Amino acid sequence: MSSVLYDAQGPRAKQRNILYTVLFVLCAAAVVWWVYNGLAEKGQLDWIKWKPFFTSPQPWQTYIWPGLQNTLKAAFFALIIALPLGALFGIGRLSDHRWVRMPAGFVVELFRAVPVLILMITANAVYAEYTTIDTDVRPLYAVVTGLVLYNFSVLAEIVRAGIETLPKGQAEAAKALGMRKNQIMLSVLLPQAVTAMLPAIVSQLVVIVKDTALGGAMMTFPELLASVRPMSANYGANTIACFTIIALIYIALNFALTSFASWLERWLRRNKKEKGTAPGGAPETVGTPSLVIDDGHGV
Amino acid sequence: MFDFLEGYDLLGAFWVTVQLTVYSALGSLIWGTLLAGMKVSPVPLMRGFATAYVNVVRNIPLTVIMVFSSLGLYQTLGIALGADATEDINFRLAVLALAAYTAAFVCEALRSGINTVPVGQAEAARALGLSFTQVLRLIILPQAFRAVVNPLSNVLIALTKNTTVASAIGVVEASYLMKDMIEAEAQLILIALVFAFGFIVLTLPTGLILGWVSKKVAVKR
Repeated sequence: MSSVLYDAQGPRAKQRNILYTVLFVLCAAAVVWWVYNGLAEKGQLDWIKWKPFFTSPQPWQTYIWPGLQNTLKAAFFALIIALPLGALFGIGRLSDHRWVRMPAGFVVELFRAVPVLILMITANAVYAEYTTIDTDVRPLYAVVTGLVLYNFSVLAEIVRAGIETLPKGQAEAAKALGMRKNQIMLSVLLPQAVTAMLPAIVSQLVVIVKDTALGGAMMTFPELLASVRPMSANYGANTIACFTIIALIYIALNFALTSFASWLERWLRRNKKEKGTAPGGAPETVGTPSLVIDDGHGV
Repeated sequence: MFDFLEGYDLLGAFWVTVQLTVYSALGSLIWGTLLAGMKVSPVPLMRGFATAYVNVVRNIPLTVIMVFSSLGLYQTLGIALGADATEDINFRLAVLALAAYTAAFVCEALRSGINTVPVGQAEAARALGLSFTQVLRLIILPQAFRAVVNPLSNVLIALTKNTTVASAIGVVEASYLMKDMIEAEAQLILIALVFAFGFIVLTLPTGLILGWVSKKVAVKR
């Protein structure tokens, strides 16, 4: 394995690499040993603290699965509601009319700049003050509302970027055929943009899933993270064990989504290449521009 | 109209938000650069470590990392990061969690920046006999940093918003104060608008200034 950044390794470089590897392993081992000792001292690594997860279905049935269900439910509703809203505002920002473009842009920029937690807290307070939503489901409503308000603005930007990166000839050809503006958008631009946007949308789903955890920590929403507290209370303060299991579930879920998104992207790119673009179409570039707009999102 | 603000330390709370942002931005910049260096290094184990770190941290909610830093690091392992008062301990733990989380995104941004540097630059540097660390430090990273000012500014804006998660471990920053105020005061929508405005004031200039900087320093190719 070589790279442009370093030469093929000779005997001395190989020796040096082995030395670095050994040093790195030693450092890592020291950290692991120290953490292990600290945990063992507190009895967090005793089999009794970990046993419930491996020997009985009870913690999974009583705490983890209901928590995971709530996480998935909130993420699903947030995405389903935010998608059409995002499409609407994304298209709105591309409108020819100033009085549509400006307010749409203002709303999108506003909600993109405000932290999701502020939106959730506000939604919760508004529901408590002005509606009669039952206190049992109010956290769910608040979490979904906060997630929708933030993510529709991000999705609006994804939609806008998706439509703007389409070749100009698409809209021009449709115009030449005598299509109306609505027809051009709905039957020419949007369908093409949506397929190109799919990976970005799946990546956004990862962000939504991660943000549901805020509801658990701050709004008493009984999702996956919130299940740690009752679970560790019930199984003898096995905080570390609970956190490990919960973190692994999040990693597995989101890693699957991330992998799916990058697979989708590769698949779409390959598909496009096979079909071939119109002659004299896009010029060859080194890297195909990715639609997952670099918005620091996922952060 | 704004007399409900009396008796609350609004500026103080936003000052904590700014402090959280600045400290964790510095931390994540350093740690993220180290990770990016490891990710392109000739040592397979370091490459593997950096890849694993990024994949794991990117896929865990920040809230989980934040709560774990309090329950796991402090309460179980007794890591207080050299502070005595609970307030300071929580603040430092929050900075640690934010930096550890954001570093993964800094690393990814930098790596995409390294990819924009033409191959010839590295080849020329190697032809001059520079070692890997020299190539990276003198040739590649300076150009990569110039290319990623914009993505990094987006990460910084996201970090500013993410500091609100620190309220989960009791750091009295903006969202913590907001929750308090909403429980005690009646002007719900006004309070929300004040805090939304506060975050816009923090994030908007960041985006504008760094956007200008990114145009200024971009390598013309």
